[in-house]
Amino acid sequence: MDPVLLVASIMVSATPILLAAIGELVTEKSGVLNLGVEGMMITGAVMGFAIAVSSGSPLLGFLGAAVASAVLSLSFGFLTQYLLSNQVATGLGLTLVGLGLSALIGSNYEGQRAPSLPKLDIPVLGDIPLLGRMLFAHDFVVYLSLALVVAVWAFLKYTRAGLILRAVGEDHESAHALGYKVVRVRMAAIAFGGACAGLGGAYVSLVRVPQWTEGMTAGAGWIALAIVVFSSWRPLGVLIGAYLFGGVTVIQLNLQAAGTTVPVELLSMSPYLITILVLVVISARGAHGAPASLGRPFHATS
Amino acid sequence: MADTLLSIRGLTKAYPGVVANDDVSFEIQKGEIHALLGENGAGKSTLVKMIFGLVKPDRGEMVLDGGAYAPAKPSDARRAGVAMVFQHFSLFEALDVAENVALGMENPPKPRDLARQIREVSETYGLPLDPSRTVGTLSAGERQRVEIIRCLLQNPRLLIMDEPTSVLTPQEVEILFETLRKLKSEGTSILYISHKLEEIRTLCDEATILRLGKNVGTCTPREVTARQMAEMMVGASFATPEARATGTGEVLLKCDALSMPAPGAFGTPLREISLEVRAGEVLGIGGVAGNGQDELLMALSGERLAPKGSIFFKGEDISRAGPVARRDAGLLSGPEERLGHAAAPNMSLTENGVLTAARRKALVSNGFIDWGKATGFAEEVIKRFDVRTPGPGTAARALSGGNLQKYVVGREIQQDPDVFVVNQPTWGVDAAAAAAIRQALLDLAAKGAAIICISQDLDELMEISDRFGALNEGRLSPTRAVSELDIEKIGLMMGGAHDMEVAHVDG
Repeated sequence: MDPVLLVASIMVSATPILLAAIGELVTEKSGVLNLGVEGMMITGAVMGFAIAVSSGSPLLGFLGAAVASAVLSLSFGFLTQYLLSNQVATGLGLTLVGLGLSALIGSNYEGQRAPSLPKLDIPVLGDIPLLGRMLFAHDFVVYLSLALVVAVWAFLKYTRAGLILRAVGEDHESAHALGYKVVRVRMAAIAFGGACAGLGGAYVSLVRVPQWTEGMTAGAGWIALAIVVFSSWRPLGVLIGAYLFGGVTVIQLNLQAAGTTVPVELLSMSPYLITILVLVVISARGAHGAPASLGRPFHATS
Repeated sequence: MADTLLSIRGLTKAYPGVVANDDVSFEIQKGEIHALLGENGAGKSTLVKMIFGLVKPDRGEMVLDGGAYAPAKPSDARRAGVAMVFQHFSLFEALDVAENVALGMENPPKPRDLARQIREVSETYGLPLDPSRTVGTLSAGERQRVEIIRCLLQNPRLLIMDEPTSVLTPQEVEILFETLRKLKSEGTSILYISHKLEEIRTLCDEATILRLGKNVGTCTPREVTARQMAEMMVGASFATPEARATGTGEVLLKCDALSMPAPGAFGTPLREISLEVRAGEVLGIGGVAGNGQDELLMALSGERLAPKGSIFFKGEDISRAGPVARRDAGLLSGPEERLGHAAAPNMSLTENGVLTAARRKALVSNGFIDWGKATGFAEEVIKRFDVRTPGPGTAARALSGGNLQKYVVGREIQQDPDVFVVNQPTWGVDAAAAAAIRQALLDLAAKGAAIICISQDLDELMEISDRFGALNEGRLSPTRAVSELDIEKIGLMMGGAHDMEVAHVDG
């Protein structure tokens, strides 16, 4: 197996999960548990595909996917933040709605091909032997996802807005007492999470596959949720988790292609099994770092 | 009157059914530490909330440094130079000190400058604090320093402190007083709210005393005795605790060098706690919050199992028995936290009754709940303890704090325990209800039960206990008969000076 191709395909396979997970990280840091990532991803996948096919521009497709998923996530935000519905149930509902809605919208697009996203031609870096083709010959979304990780890390660590976001997620009562707008901060975080999930979904339908099939995100949203826990709510952890998962996915595909005697089903299962295993190990270590107000409803009393 | 900083004229605030402040007037001079003194419910909190812009007065006006002052919200007050340190901190445990300070400021400087400023202020005012520590790892006193520094960084002209010493050890109180004196010498005025008379006598220049929402007098604390101030506060003669005979019944509950690790990152370990309590006796356990009170209750109730051979009930080792077995044997307990620990908030009073009384009161037969009996039990408790509620079907969370407290304490007393362990039985309860709960505890003891009452209210402990001990960092001082205690000895016990013999030699 060509190591250049291996690393390159790991990056491609990790990108959608990375995008969705970094968005969910921000949402959860604000104290909101949105279990609808899968639904938002698949909505992003179908909207991105549809818009890209009809406009011929993959760029517009990504933009449309982000907007569509953000709007969908805001419906979750409205229900949970203003009407105080249960976050877990509403999130699960969001996933089901997303899956159904995408099947409806996507039925006309089955079997079509998406316009392809050009690979970037980075001067100098791209000319480095081996490394150039391995790391610096991808489309812009791969780099966008990496930049987002850095941006989110810096935002949470260094900016005042990031500090307020964390404060809201830690203790919404205190944040409210200090005069911060808890619900508004959370709505913004939910929308950001939705937009990122939409980008991740569009990456699956426009680059990774690239065509539309029903239910094509195949649990990537759930993996993204698991990776946020795996990361102990740290952006760098999300990056590691997403690439680890992407790596296992690609390696098992290669093992299948190489014709090992291990049953195919077992190999397909392996990324998920490994995710569960890692989560168990992390929980057993007792290191959590979860935002203290995660999933708790906030109702301003005064 | 050029030296007057804040002048309060005829402030009145009424809530439905109660006048919290009735025509209150007083003045705070520049560079003065002014005490606001009064019992719980005298209207101190409402008054300072009006000064800090959290509550709008119905009538009356305030003049700050010659100009009209009517803050509509706390940020207005902050901008006018009024800062407040709350009794219950609004801090974020997972964030570090500098981040917490930044969140409380209108226009925080850059993180690096802020850390430097925090260090400067903490050195200037003798409040040691590391800006990069996580707040969750700080003690109550250190957390208070975070709040104080947050205020000081905004250069206030008036600093309001709401019962600042209620969570502090004596050493921390000394540090705080030094800080306040230094602030005063720089011209900052301080409004100091407390009901601790000795503190006010050592610290404050002037005192305004509130009773039932009215200003009943101003005095210079150094010139009057604590007793005189107390009499102004309660409006009647002040009863010093009277000596009562120590119970001489058999030992019902005994702890033998009970040690347990801390239950979590922010808990306190128990260290070699030895105590015994006899039939008919009330053992009062005091101490500053967070020194092992919750942990001791959990160990005694069976919520956390203790090491073998450390807890004996009627001579039998029950260290490894769970709560159900202990309840069956007659050892009942009532934790401090009403909602979520003593009672399930969304369940009805009847259901909450079944949760602890099911077996002792035979409310369950063949695995099925006898709802008739259960409702009857809940109604008995409601009637006997005067719980104000529409009925036993009401959800626990719908009751006011005091009423729910009466219910959860009454629920245990109604089961006739042999030993009853209770933590903060009258916390947040109004005076009449508190008196009723204390009387119920005394009645229970008179019937021959042994009671361990853990509380932070020293007056309460002095009133009902036969013997007293204090928790400090998970250690229990030797217990002594209340009749031989005075304030000084209690202070030493709470402060961790366990070797009381030294005090005896001195005194």
